[in-house]
Amino acid sequence: MQIFELSFVAAVLLATTPVLYAALAGALSERVGVFNIALEGQMLWGAFAAVAGSHFTGNPWLGVLIAIVTTAAFSLVLAVGAARFKADPIIIAIGTNLFAIGLTGFLLRILFDVSGTFAPQGLQGLPDMTALRDIPVIGPLFGGQTLLVPLAFVLCIAAGLWLRSTPGGLRLRGVGEHPEASASLGVNVASAQTWTTVVGGALCGIAGAQLALGNVTVFTENMTAGRGWIAVAAVMLVAARPLWLPVACLGFGAAEAFGFRLQGLGAPQQLTDAAPYAITLLVLVATRVRFGAKRPAAS
Amino acid sequence: MTVAPPHEPEIEPRSAVVRRLLGAAARHPAIVPIAAVLLALLIGAGIIAAAGLDPVVAYAAVLEGALDPRSLDYTFSVWGFICGMALAAAIPLRMGEFNLGGNGQLVLGGLAAYVVAAAVPGPLAVPLALLAAVVLAGAFGALSAPLATRFNIPIIISTLLLAPVAVAVVSFLIRYPLAEAGSGVAQTAQLPEDARMWALGDLRYSNVGLLIIIAMMVVFWIVDSRTAVGFELRVIGANRRFGSYGGIVVRRLALGAMTAAGAAAGIVGAVIVLSSPYRLIDGALLSPGYTFAGLAAALLAGGRPALIPVTAVLFAVLQVGGAAMERSADVPRQLSELLQGVVIVVLALRTVLDARRTGRSEH
Repeated sequence: MQIFELSFVAAVLLATTPVLYAALAGALSERVGVFNIALEGQMLWGAFAAVAGSHFTGNPWLGVLIAIVTTAAFSLVLAVGAARFKADPIIIAIGTNLFAIGLTGFLLRILFDVSGTFAPQGLQGLPDMTALRDIPVIGPLFGGQTLLVPLAFVLCIAAGLWLRSTPGGLRLRGVGEHPEASASLGVNVASAQTWTTVVGGALCGIAGAQLALGNVTVFTENMTAGRGWIAVAAVMLVAARPLWLPVACLGFGAAEAFGFRLQGLGAPQQLTDAAPYAITLLVLVATRVRFGAKRPAAS
Repeated sequence: MTVAPPHEPEIEPRSAVVRRLLGAAARHPAIVPIAAVLLALLIGAGIIAAAGLDPVVAYAAVLEGALDPRSLDYTFSVWGFICGMALAAAIPLRMGEFNLGGNGQLVLGGLAAYVVAAAVPGPLAVPLALLAAVVLAGAFGALSAPLATRFNIPIIISTLLLAPVAVAVVSFLIRYPLAEAGSGVAQTAQLPEDARMWALGDLRYSNVGLLIIIAMMVVFWIVDSRTAVGFELRVIGANRRFGSYGGIVVRRLALGAMTAAGAAAGIVGAVIVLSSPYRLIDGALLSPGYTFAGLAAALLAGGRPALIPVTAVLFAVLQVGGAAMERSADVPRQLSELLQGVVIVVLALRTVLDARRTGRSEH
């Protein structure tokens, strides 16, 4: 098996993309001081909405749009609850994650009268960028992928640069680092937290859409299968810095793609399943030992 | 301040008395969970009605399915497992910490119990299996305490990261070293007769394991309400800095709470594995969702030991009755998880009332 085969790199990019969108959502929320572990449920809802949207309209891009809008609306529960009403974002997220699993399974039965898997005849997935096929290197990497794959990396870098180098980004970082100081400078803290979390919801909608209409063309119950939690781990691994997220998520994506290959060879996949969490924990332990004394306990 | 007019009657007007009583009732600890459940059931009814089904029929089918005399035995066993996982969540919750690693503690308890029960012959198999589950799962839960107090990794994060690792390791062990020879299913061999949890009369599902879980809850209730440790837990939960200032050692308390939480989850895993079908099956410990049902029950009870058995009834009824509802009323059983989620969200959003009361004085 060749690790550096281009087809393997393409598989890594594919595995990385949904996690990267969700991780960007988590990182942005984290930077405004909303601890967001609702990614798994939001992504699952996004996957369902994208498939249902594509099925009913016949257009996969409308499916993506429906996923973005409805997942953003779904994230309002967390956004408004945590920012405006000072409810515990952890408890809300535990609730919305359960709710998303229940609601998607419920609607699968009610709307489509199936349970488990929904892959109707003629369900339109997102098109691959076939125009790129003949370009060397780019072709094998992106020719078989949807537009959402490169977009994830572009959005991540754009968000990172925006946070780092613009007045708006500075204001947003201020909200997370010192809400009282931000408020005294005239920044509306609750509103910044709300809208950032809703943008995160929209990103989770794209994550779900790419997963259900890009990586595959099907919705299965609980199909996110922990990707939202891997995204949470990625956010912690890079201390919520979007510029570093692609690196972390590519690492996790490589573990997933490698795990698939291992499974294909009849070898245990569990090792690579555990890798993202184990690596994140080890890195947290290693970095906190060095810098821990200076940091306040995050809780 | 206004001075009362001299001819104000001594007796409060009736409306004021009523309002005061209502105010007192609204502050009763049971009111918030009850209101959350009622509101969640209403929202659930709205969703069922929107799906073109009859909510009354659906809810009746849930109750009937769970409380039917023939299924009570099963409902009780599910209630026990949810209570056990609620303990795993509630003990750290008392000191303001979230244990999201219940799944890992649960499967490690199951693993330890299986390995010991399969290796030890004779009547000692069951007690030693339980002990092994307590030790392994307790130690695994305890890992989070030094990670929090020495490495500043919050308990919610370390438990979240540790659990999938444990789940993957146990899944690997079931599939490879412990796999039943010649079986196509990812499972271990069956435990011998001696190594099975003691039966309770001729009940099929509920066994002595249920009594052990009830005993754990009684112990938690006594420790929480009658001992210094329980008081310290609650003080730290209410105000960590005040507690530390008062001389409470958070490091030791966190270690104890996380060990106890892991042990509770480990016992649940052990009881499940030592009960029918008496083997470890990959995924079978996690698929019923006891961890999150237990977490939901603990949150709804606010971590209060006396309320957990009550809130666990709700989630046990939803879980067992959900399947019956699907059969008899043709309402998808996923409604159970949906309702669990709604209850938790409504409970979390009770702060809406605080915001209303205090207005916008806070910024």
